[in-house]
Amino acid sequence: MQVYRWTLTMAMSIVHRATGIALYVGTLLLVWWLVAAASGPAAYAHVQAFSGSIIGRLIVFGYTWALMHHMLSGIRHFVWDLGYGFKANEREALTWGALIGGIALTVLVWIIAYAIGGGR
Amino acid sequence: MSGSDTPKRSMRTPLGRVRNLGAAHSGTSDFWRQRITGVAMTLLMIPGLVIIMMLLGRNQVYAAQTLSSIPVAVILLLFILASAWHMKIGMQVVIEDYVHNEKLKLTAIMLNNFFSFAVALASTYAILKLSSGV
Repeated sequence: MQVYRWTLTMAMSIVHRATGIALYVGTLLLVWWLVAAASGPAAYAHVQAFSGSIIGRLIVFGYTWALMHHMLSGIRHFVWDLGYGFKANEREALTWGALIGGIALTVLVWIIAYAIGGGR
Repeated sequence: MSGSDTPKRSMRTPLGRVRNLGAAHSGTSDFWRQRITGVAMTLLMIPGLVIIMMLLGRNQVYAAQTLSSIPVAVILLLFILASAWHMKIGMQVVIEDYVHNEKLKLTAIMLNNFFSFAVALASTYAILKLSSGV
């Protein structure tokens, strides 16, 4: 297999799947949140205690990044599905765009979240 | 032409019969639905994030009140149904790619369906319960 060179697009293909699997498992958090909201104040307080803790914040931060990255990486796939962006420089640009854009959007979302009431 | 022993003799070649059906033997419908749900979630991302932001740090009474408003409930329902469908298809692709034992593969696909459907139903039930106010 020495003819193959590890490329950014190959690595990002795996990251797309990995973030997809993480989001799959992470939907349990979404379900927990909604069911707790429908159940009452005590159940909701448990969710808030968890999401407000250090480990909870780290998980939700990771979830935010997985979501933003998977979305942008998915948009990159839409571009390819439509038949554009297959030149070497174009696919590199799309891939870097998804990578950097995913991190940037995650930070942006968290800045807004803290600015409008994360510390409430 | 002695085709009496084979009940349905077709003029189509074996290649023609399987073409476009793919590894899942079910054609391209999952591929297309994966795109539809992906586009839907991309469009719903900003309204979805706004709803989450509105509820940050608020108590259950405020959250329940917000989640029971019709536009909020509809946006969340759309997002949840699209994501459950999207993740069911995505996980099935992963399973089909990496699990090669037939029994294990079918079991995994079945569990994937159960999980995705349970996520969709539990979330939907919670939102409808909030909306109906019981």
